Amino acid sequence: MKSSQSIFKIVIGTYLALFFAYMFLPLIFMTIIAFNANNVPQITPWKGFTFMWFGELAKDEQMWSALLNSFIVAFSVVAISVPIGLGGALLLTRLQFKARDFVYGVLVSPILTPGIILGISTFLFWDSYMNVPGGLWTAILGQATFITAYCMLLIMSRAQRFDLTQEEAAFDLGATHRQVFWRITLPFLRPALISSVALAFMQSFDNYNTTLFAIGVEQTLPIYIGTKLRSFISPAMNALAVIFIALTIIGAITYELRRRHEMIKAG
Amino acid sequence: MGQDVNIADVSMRFGDFYAARDINVHIEAGEFFSFLGPSGCGKTTLLRLVSGFMDPTKGQIKIGGKDMIGIGSNNRPTAMIFQNLALFPLMTVTQNIGFGLEVRGVPKAERIKKVEELIELVDLRGAGNRKVSELSGGQMQRVAIARALAVSPAVLLLDEPLSALDLKLRHHMRAELRNIQRRTGVTFIYITHDQTEALTMSDRVGVMSIGKLEQVAEPDVVYNNPATAFVASFVGETNRFQGTISGIDGEYAVLNTASGSFSCKNPQHLSQGEEATIFIRPETVFMAEESTASNLLTCGIHNLSFEGAYAVVTIKNEQGQLLTMRLNNDGTAPRVKAGDNVKVTFNRENAFVLKNGDSTSA
Amino acid sequence: MRDFWKNAIRDLGKIGVAYILITVGVWMVFMILIPQLIMLNYSFKPMLALRDIGGPKDVWTLKNYIVFFTNKLHMAIFFKTIWSSIIVTSVALAICYPIAFYLAKVARGATVGLVMLGLVIPYWINELLRLFAWQIILADSGIMNQLLIFLGIIADPINFRAGNGAVVLGMTYAYILFMVFPIYNVMESLDRNQLDAARDLGASWLRIHRKIVIPYAKPGIAVGCTMTFMLAAGTVAAPQLLGSPSSFWFTQVINTNFECANWNQGAAYATLLMLLCIIFMFIMLKIFKVGLKELTQ
Repeated sequence: MKSSQSIFKIVIGTYLALFFAYMFLPLIFMTIIAFNANNVPQITPWKGFTFMWFGELAKDEQMWSALLNSFIVAFSVVAISVPIGLGGALLLTRLQFKARDFVYGVLVSPILTPGIILGISTFLFWDSYMNVPGGLWTAILGQATFITAYCMLLIMSRAQRFDLTQEEAAFDLGATHRQVFWRITLPFLRPALISSVALAFMQSFDNYNTTLFAIGVEQTLPIYIGTKLRSFISPAMNALAVIFIALTIIGAITYELRRRHEMIKAG
Repeated sequence: MGQDVNIADVSMRFGDFYAARDINVHIEAGEFFSFLGPSGCGKTTLLRLVSGFMDPTKGQIKIGGKDMIGIGSNNRPTAMIFQNLALFPLMTVTQNIGFGLEVRGVPKAERIKKVEELIELVDLRGAGNRKVSELSGGQMQRVAIARALAVSPAVLLLDEPLSALDLKLRHHMRAELRNIQRRTGVTFIYITHDQTEALTMSDRVGVMSIGKLEQVAEPDVVYNNPATAFVASFVGETNRFQGTISGIDGEYAVLNTASGSFSCKNPQHLSQGEEATIFIRPETVFMAEESTASNLLTCGIHNLSFEGAYAVVTIKNEQGQLLTMRLNNDGTAPRVKAGDNVKVTFNRENAFVLKNGDSTSA
Repeated sequence: MRDFWKNAIRDLGKIGVAYILITVGVWMVFMILIPQLIMLNYSFKPMLALRDIGGPKDVWTLKNYIVFFTNKLHMAIFFKTIWSSIIVTSVALAICYPIAFYLAKVARGATVGLVMLGLVIPYWINELLRLFAWQIILADSGIMNQLLIFLGIIADPINFRAGNGAVVLGMTYAYILFMVFPIYNVMESLDRNQLDAARDLGASWLRIHRKIVIPYAKPGIAVGCTMTFMLAAGTVAAPQLLGSPSSFWFTQVINTNFECANWNQGAAYATLLMLLCIIFMFIMLKIFKVGLKELTQ
């Protein structure tokens, strides 16, 4: 019995090791290449350690402008998706009506729709019928179409656990609807709302498929990267990747530390 | 100060289902009134109608003489204590209690003072800054009461508030609630399925069966003079025999049953030939003397359960029907044991015949 | 009906109800439904110059769709896309099922958090950059080729990009997370005791999985497969970065149409893609006998 257990453990261990190698090795390679003074992004031949690619990246005007656009779009998407997602969550958890399942299906459909279709449809609508040419605005709307659905689901899962008698008690004690919402309901939903903001921001910042078709000639960072990677590959892109990786790791560590801190606080 | 509540011809319909039907009752200002009934009888519905969470499909509810139709729960002079208490978990005790005052814009100084007074009243001194989640069941109860009283309601509505507490705490809280009610003079409308609670705490009791108000009276009247078969079987324990009325004698009637003919009171003034049930409380059944002639039952003792102050005796008559009687442990009762044959009787003053209605199973 | 509104206002207040209706209304109508309908509309109209719009040539036609069915190349690409997406989905499923099971049932406490972090971190890095990593690895002078040459397996570098292999590999890499989490979520709620009991009764692990775990995890598997397939079939990034003109992906065909300003054709093709995804989803639901369950993050 014992030996089969340890065989089991070895198998699992190996499988996991291979899996994580598969996941992380490409990233590790990318990082190494960013410091290689080789015009061609490869690990060999190694032509010396350098920071020059970061410098080249910093000088790239296009990159900065795309980055700025990414932020503008992301903040706008958050500003649209979270409030509407809240509305949707309230609609589906608080009101009972016959068409409820149907409406739910329609609202969730953007998640199941391929990104390019959202991009195309948004673009066609605004460009042809509303006379707003493809650009940041259409990108924002195209992204918001499905990001709102994610926010809605996130908020819904929290809202469903809300004890409605609390609202009743608050009413009973004389509160108005507005007071009930701000003092009772919203504080309860706050964690979900914060998660929604984070989720919406990240999904927007990262989005490629929908943005590509909706954005016309403008660029967000992913679009810029895509264009660059299709034309002339330079290790400057690796430099960008390293920055992303570094930020991610910092973010992950912060998140994990925060989580442990919260758990210790809760006792 | 408390106000009176008038419920006139109130019905509440949900689709085809009547949660309450033709309810008529007037609750006096400053009264401790209980609605007593089994689960699903509509008492919670009634409470919610009075508190303003819904408007009745038919009928009128007046508080202090004022018609409450269309007025929401936040504008009525009522405050409710929910079955699950519904305390605000993210707030402290003080914040909970002060909530009603806060939303009305009561200035901070005045609010603090009022909250302190209430904390004193419900005996929660020192717990003001504790989070609600850190409190015991009894303490949470008191926070709920204080929170409701903070808005100086004319009517306090209590939805089975003690059902989640253990026995000892329940007894204690019953006394406390009664105390608070007397001291503040607020009208209390209390709903429960526990008859001991209703009978011990209330000035008057309204007994409800499914959607209907069966009887409204003082506790002792409800117990001794139940108006319907339902009340008789729901409140207290009874022995029942079904039969047909064979004779009327003024206020009394004679019921012919398979176990014999019994003479008893006839509060509903039933006529001869009607099908009815006779109800006899166990404590009114006693051992028959040699001389006893009427209301006689010959039985074998089935089971004897000594419970300290009295013994509960289950006896089986010749027809195989089981009855319960109580023998007080005061030295007068004869010593009997299971298997003995005895003759028992009861006074016709203590028994009554009622029309067959929807009685609950004992 | 009136009761509904009365109750809604009673529960949420006039402003609350208005807020909900306006936000959801705008979203549903102006962002979800109308754009879809317009795209559909476009697909049924021929490509017209600006001045012809509204004129006699502006008729509804199936031409755009017929073009697809008569174009052998496009149809080939379409089916290749489907087939490759199925491969991606299957590979992802095979790789992720054990991981999900491990996470849900085998790993303990801190390990779970760590493994999850290990799964999620790569995904916080932009998809394109991750595909770029593979672009580098699979390049002619890339690590893969260098390794194979070093090991003596091949003599000349393989052009990985010529076939579909690179794209499939890249996609699997990119979408694994979407397969793991739905399955993990469902498996998590499986009572560990059931497995222990089965083991206790002498069942082999294979049988346990076949008879207990898989049936239970069906909704998760269905969701995971649906999402992965849709992502694979509907993505532009991977084909663009890892493919070559000879391994064109259907989404790229759509893109080309748009770049040539033939929006109508593009819209038609996009609609076909949409239909494909819907059909696939229904097939998944049928196979796994699930209802339309909601997706969790």
